[in-house]
Amino acid sequence: MQQVVGKPATKYDAFEKVTGQAQYIQDLTQPRMLWGKILRSSLPHARILNIDTSRAEKLPGVKAVLTARDLPRHKIGFGNDNEVLKGSKVRCVGDEIAAVAAVDEGTAQEALALIRVEFESLPGVFEPLLALSDPSVLVHEEKGSNLSISYQFMTDEKGVEAALDQAAVMLEDRFVLPFVTSAAMGTHGCMAAFRNGQLTMWSPTQVPFLYLHELSLALGIPGSRIRVIQPTIGGGFGAKLDMYPYEGACAHLAMVTGQPVKILFSREEEFQASRPRQPMLIDLVTASDREGRLLARKAKVICDNGAYNSWGSTTPFVGMQTVSSLYRVPNVRYEAQIVYTNNPYSGAMRGYGNPQHTFAVESHMDMLASKLGMDPLELRLLNANRSGDVTPQKMQITSCAFSETLRQAGENLGPLPSEQGKLRGKGLAGLIHVGGGARVYRSDGCGAVVKLDDMGRVVLLTGATDMGQGSDTVLAQIVAEVLGVEIKDVRIINNDTDLTPWDVGSHASRTTFIAGNAALLAAEKVRGELIAAAANSLQVAPESLILRNKRVCVDDNPERFIDLPKLIRSLHFREGGKVLVGEAFYDPPTEMQDQHFLGNVSVAYAFGAHGVEVEVDAGTGVIKVLGVTAAHDLGKAINPLGIQGQIEGGCAMGLGYALSEEMKVLEGRVINGNFLDYRLLTAVDVPEIKGIPVESEELAGPFGAKGIGESCCIPTAAAVANAVYAATGVRIKELPITPDKVLQGLNELRHVSGGQVP
Amino acid sequence: MVKISLIINAQPWEIQVEPDETLLDAIRGKVGLTGTKKGCDSGECGACTVIMNGRSVNSCLVLAVEADGQEITTIEGLSHGQELHPLQAAFISEGAVQCGFCTPGMIMSAKALLDSNPHPSEQQIRQGMAGNLCRCTGYGRIVAAVEKAAQLIGGDRLDATGSRQTGNQV
Ligand code: FES
Ligand code: FES
Repeated sequence: MQQVVGKPATKYDAFEKVTGQAQYIQDLTQPRMLWGKILRSSLPHARILNIDTSRAEKLPGVKAVLTARDLPRHKIGFGNDNEVLKGSKVRCVGDEIAAVAAVDEGTAQEALALIRVEFESLPGVFEPLLALSDPSVLVHEEKGSNLSISYQFMTDEKGVEAALDQAAVMLEDRFVLPFVTSAAMGTHGCMAAFRNGQLTMWSPTQVPFLYLHELSLALGIPGSRIRVIQPTIGGGFGAKLDMYPYEGACAHLAMVTGQPVKILFSREEEFQASRPRQPMLIDLVTASDREGRLLARKAKVICDNGAYNSWGSTTPFVGMQTVSSLYRVPNVRYEAQIVYTNNPYSGAMRGYGNPQHTFAVESHMDMLASKLGMDPLELRLLNANRSGDVTPQKMQITSCAFSETLRQAGENLGPLPSEQGKLRGKGLAGLIHVGGGARVYRSDGCGAVVKLDDMGRVVLLTGATDMGQGSDTVLAQIVAEVLGVEIKDVRIINNDTDLTPWDVGSHASRTTFIAGNAALLAAEKVRGELIAAAANSLQVAPESLILRNKRVCVDDNPERFIDLPKLIRSLHFREGGKVLVGEAFYDPPTEMQDQHFLGNVSVAYAFGAHGVEVEVDAGTGVIKVLGVTAAHDLGKAINPLGIQGQIEGGCAMGLGYALSEEMKVLEGRVINGNFLDYRLLTAVDVPEIKGIPVESEELAGPFGAKGIGESCCIPTAAAVANAVYAATGVRIKELPITPDKVLQGLNELRHVSGGQVP
Repeated sequence: MVKISLIINAQPWEIQVEPDETLLDAIRGKVGLTGTKKGCDSGECGACTVIMNGRSVNSCLVLAVEADGQEITTIEGLSHGQELHPLQAAFISEGAVQCGFCTPGMIMSAKALLDSNPHPSEQQIRQGMAGNLCRCTGYGRIVAAVEKAAQLIGGDRLDATGSRQTGNQV
């Protein structure tokens, strides 16, 4: 019987956070610290003819002004198509042109205004379809085209065509997804100090070791001279996955001035210059037989990459899995093109391409059901993946409670009893996501060290980053469980690359699974040593011993025990003694996909389904969400309280994606870069969210757990669209689902049905 | 620079501020209380909420000079040593904290709400907190925390420093 795992645990660092003591990047300072600021391009596409920094340099209090001329010309970013400071051309609004360090923020700001940049404005390209078809404007001339990356996955070509020919029903639709942005409450920022040839970087990165590597490439200094410290992170959601150009600039400022330098984003910068979720056009074809069995799927996807590649340029990896593997479908053809434009460049955001693709696929499932006259739940259950399935991309489905989650979330679908002018309905959407790591990088590993001191205090050193999601708590629970101590006795050190072992970062919902397994293995090693030592001192067989209440005791005779601190001291305080340290590295038994996108990238997959009930005002088109039921196959809920928070937060983000969020970009410029115009849902807007954890006991997971972080936001928007359809008969294929789109749909229906309100 | 005197968390302060400096910047930069957060600097997120003369305000919208002679409570003023205010305790126990960046502002808004309405309905809580954005939690746990704190406080009015007058538990 588990003592700690499976029981609600409060957030590990909540005390610091509720008392205002937690230190975010905004709160850090250093003696002699300077303030850095970045001069950003106001134009979306222009050649830089000249930069005159002389007046800025003369301003009292300014310590350094840097432009591309002053830096080594290393390419940076995923795809090596970006630079820390741009010397010859800017490709998007917000591009970094110069960096200033000054004694205070005001002076740095003033200095920016004194820098004169002469531009030759170039025509810009802002529509990915146009960028592909018309090469007269090239974002990166040397590439000869605006196509950055293309992805193609295909089962047997003839099979796809034959299946489409045979199909009883075929649907073909275009789905349109807008720019949205993570909008973490804590904006970006970093602080750099360069002392005696060593760089220390304080950054709220989600991926400290990859970040360190990228920083070393950007700066041209060896990674062995860089230390990354993460302050408390004010939310990440994917936007803190890339090393940003400004961070390289900050490090350079610290190097040239010999003083620590800090740069913070304003909220406006956060909107314009952090990485949003990519807009997509998804042309989807779905074909089935008369009974509703899926025969084939084809998707053609165009992603607006913006001006440069970031990690976000790889999101089709994930979206493709939803097209090929959310349901059983034997014939698949998937193509995606990542297209350069002069828009802000997109990156990772919770779900990594999956919310977009799930919107298309799960809208189509409902459309198919209505075409076949089937119940949307029945159609999904008929096609749902099960344990033991191997999907067309060679993903191996292990634990799988998909059908169970669909049933839990999919009760009473369809139109609901409505009042005059208030139309109600309920819609459903499912999801698949990686739940046991994701080998998108050569390593998917995480290291852990568990150390016990002579007072019985346990320390876990882990590479795994907590950006607010609660992985620190889960890891503390796992270690406490194995060692028979309280969570309070476990201290987590997870934010300093000088101390922590390698981890590939907090992304892909991998931390509970991967870092959890590493912590579990390390703790078990220490446990083994404790048991051996205790068996010796109590003169009993090791198998008869258990760890509980900070003791090692005999299982059927708890009166025979030895206290942990005493046991540990007995190992320390003698000749030939030893320290109690266990280390482990967990890298899952998975493979990177080959060039055909075949391969089992994750040990386990997470499934889930959201059921959403809406009420639509037939007069205004305004949608009110009445409730969300979110059932998630998470293997095992290690921390039910944390899970609840993840589910509620994910659903709220998904509802925002569905209904209110859109980053409006006009000629490359974000025109609603503030919270009045970019509408995050508030406490008044978010309805009751019922989270239902469904446990499928994943054998490879720590205590049976799988990842859930991203899953919770993935199917919400599709479920809302399906609910709106159930309520009104209006099918919206473009997010966000705003009142005007609903009204327009209602008017068209009225027109068709001769004045009858559906 | 202008000299202002104000009371912050029951401590008198005299500080020099710029005429256009916000109360938020003065609290964080001059007084060194960094628990109050800056999420937008334009009155749209609520991360900077403090209580000024019993009312919650966005401190990024108040000029420091306007706070001259006023009484301010920040998140640092709620707990006494290790003893947490019931709101703080409830935010922990109900799981209302994830990244925590919105938390100080949330708690201060909730305090102002409970000070004026000790038994708010769920809808009143949601309305009272609508000026505070949270990107992590979806608000459900936050609403639960405020409800729990209202119970813990037992409906007694809090005094200016946030202490309970009597300890009725419900
Ligand atoms: S910082 Fe004041 S409301 Fe956002
Ligand atoms: S807990 Fe992260 S913004 Fe609220």
